[in-house]
Amino acid sequence: MTDDILLSARNLSVRFGGVLAVNNVSFDVKKGEVFTLIGPNGAGKTTVFNLISRIYTPTTGHIDYAGPHGTLRLTEQPPHRIAGLGIARTFQNIELFEHATVLQNLLIGRHTHRRTGLWSEIFFTGKTRAAEIEARAKVEQVIDFLNLQHHRESMIAGLPYGVRKVVELARALCTEPKLLLLDEPSSGLNVEETEDMAFWITDIKNELGITVLMVEHDMTLVSKVSDRVLAMSMGEELATGTPAEVQNHPGVIEAYLGTVDDVSSLRRENHVGAST
Amino acid sequence: MRFIFKTDYNQDIQLAKHGGHVFWYSLLGLFLLAAPWVIEEYWLAQLTFVLIYAVVGLGLMLLAGFTGLFSLGHAAFLGVGAYTQAVMVNAGLPFPLALACAGLLSAAVGMVVGLPALRVKGIYLGMATLAFGFIVEEALARWESVTGGNSGLSVNPPALFGWELESTNEFYFLCLVVAVGATLAIVNLMRSSTGRAFVAIRDSEISAQSMGIHLARYKTLSFALSAALAGIGGALYAHKIQFLSPEQFSIIQSIDLLLMVVIGGLGSIHGAFLGAIFLIVMPQLIALGKDHLPDAIGQAAGLQGTVYGLVLIAFVLFEPMGLYGRWLKVRAYFQLFPFYRRGLFKRQKTFQKSDRLK
Repeated sequence: MTDDILLSARNLSVRFGGVLAVNNVSFDVKKGEVFTLIGPNGAGKTTVFNLISRIYTPTTGHIDYAGPHGTLRLTEQPPHRIAGLGIARTFQNIELFEHATVLQNLLIGRHTHRRTGLWSEIFFTGKTRAAEIEARAKVEQVIDFLNLQHHRESMIAGLPYGVRKVVELARALCTEPKLLLLDEPSSGLNVEETEDMAFWITDIKNELGITVLMVEHDMTLVSKVSDRVLAMSMGEELATGTPAEVQNHPGVIEAYLGTVDDVSSLRRENHVGAST
Repeated sequence: MRFIFKTDYNQDIQLAKHGGHVFWYSLLGLFLLAAPWVIEEYWLAQLTFVLIYAVVGLGLMLLAGFTGLFSLGHAAFLGVGAYTQAVMVNAGLPFPLALACAGLLSAAVGMVVGLPALRVKGIYLGMATLAFGFIVEEALARWESVTGGNSGLSVNPPALFGWELESTNEFYFLCLVVAVGATLAIVNLMRSSTGRAFVAIRDSEISAQSMGIHLARYKTLSFALSAALAGIGGALYAHKIQFLSPEQFSIIQSIDLLLMVVIGGLGSIHGAFLGAIFLIVMPQLIALGKDHLPDAIGQAAGLQGTVYGLVLIAFVLFEPMGLYGRWLKVRAYFQLFPFYRRGLFKRQKTFQKSDRLK
C-alpha cells in the first residue's frame, strides 16, 4: 500500500448461501478524495460498506487500512474497534438512538474519545466533568458546521426524515473520522436538502480533510462531489474512473439501461422510425 | 412557563437544572430527614420498604429501562444479596462489609447471567433469566447447610463495631443513605459516557457498535451493576424482614419487580421510585378497599393479582411511559396552561429500521 492510499480492498468476495453478493472486487480509496460506489439495486454496494465496518466478514479477500499506528488489516479487527481507528459510517435507513435527544446522540459519537473510568463516572469527579465539557465543546463545533442549533434538544423520534439524515451525518463527524462512509446520503431528501448535502460533503472533504466513501444513486450529486466512481453490478466491478468516464462506460450503460438489442425488441414496429 | 437562558455547558451537566429543582428536592430531602418524627411508625416502615424497593428498582431500571435488556429473574439477585447478608452478619461480620460482599457477589452472579444476553434478545433473554430465577430459588431451598432450606433463616440486626441498628428509625436512616447513594450513582452514570453507551445499545445495537461501543462489555457491565443494586437492596430487605425463606424470591417477586419499573416508567430514574411507591402502597389500598366490597369479591383469593394485572394492562394501553410519563404530561399541562393540547406528547411512528443487519 502506497502512502497516499487510505483504504485498499483486494479481491473481496462474500457469499450468503447460494448468493454471491460481492464477487472479486478490488479498489483503492486515496487520502482526501470522495470515492463513490454506484450501481443498480442489489449490486452489492451496501455489502461492501458492511465489510468495511466489519458487520460482515469477507469469504475471500481482505481490506487494508492506513490506521493511526501504521497499516493494518481491517478484516481482522473486531467490529467495535473500527470507529476507534477513524472510520465512521451512516446507514441507508437511519439508525439513530430514537429515544434520546440530538445532543445525546452526538455525544454518543464521542464514545471512542472517552477517557473516564467507571468509578470516576459513578462519583462524577472533576475529571469526568472536564471530559463532559470537552466532549460538548467538540459536539457544538459539529452542530455549528451542520446548522443543527435549532434541533439540539429535540428528541429524534419527533424529527422529520431530512433532519435525521443530517443528525446521522453529524454523529458520524463527532467521532472525528479519517474515513467517512455515507450510505445513500441523499435518499429520501428533497432537491434542496440534496443540494445542502452536496455542499456539506464538499466541505467535509475540503475543510475537515476527511476522506469520503459513499454509496449513492443520485447521479447529479455523484458527479458534483465525487473525485472517482466505482460502478458495480451483480456483485462485480464494472468500471472505475471519473464520474464522466464511468457514466459513458458501455458496461455501466448496459447495467442500467440494457443493450440496444434488448430495447429494440420491445418496441412496436410502426414506432421504430418515429422514435429514432 | 420557564425559560432557561444557558451560558455555560455546566448548566446542562448540573443535577439541578433550575431553581425549581433545588427547591422541590430540598423540600423532599427535609421531609425524608424529618420523617421518623413526622409520620407514624407503621408508615415509616412502609417508607423504608419503598426505599429498599427503589434501590432494587434502580438496578432493574438500569438494565431494562436504559440498556433494553429484560430480566424475568431479578428476584434471584435479590435473594443472593439477602442470603449473603444474612449468612455474613450472622457470622458476626460488620454490617458495611457484609453489604459490600452482598453487592459484589450479586454482581458476579449477574455477570454470569449476562452471558446469554450477549447472544439472545427479547423474549429469549426473558426465558434465560426466568430459568436462572428458578435455579437460584431451588438452590436456596436445597442448600440447607448454608441457607436453612425451606425452614428459613433468621437474620441478626445490622451491627457496626458493637453498635446495633435495632430501632426502626436507625434502620430507616441506613436505607435512606443507601437509596440516596444508589440514586446519585445512577444519575451520575447516566450523564456520562457509560450511561449514554447503555442508551445507545437499547436504541440500536448496530449503530452503537459502529460508534465504537463494545456491546459485550457494556451489556455485561449493565447486568453486573443491575445485579449489584438488586443485591444491596436484598441485603437491606433481609434486615427489614428479619427472616428469609426461598419462596420470597420466587417468580412472583421477579414479576413484581418488573411491574414496578414498567408502571413507574421505563427509562426514567423517577420511575424506579414511583414504581416502588406503587408496589408498597397498592396492597394497602386493596386491603382498605376490601371492606367496602361485597364479600364475593372482597374476600376472593387472588384479588391483589387481578388488580395488579388490570393496572398493568391499563398502563400498557394508555400510558406506556408509566407514572413518570403521566407526571410529565400533568406538569406540561400546568406549565403551558391554557395552551396544552392532547397530541403534544404523540410521537410520529418510527421509520422502518433496517432489519437486514440484524
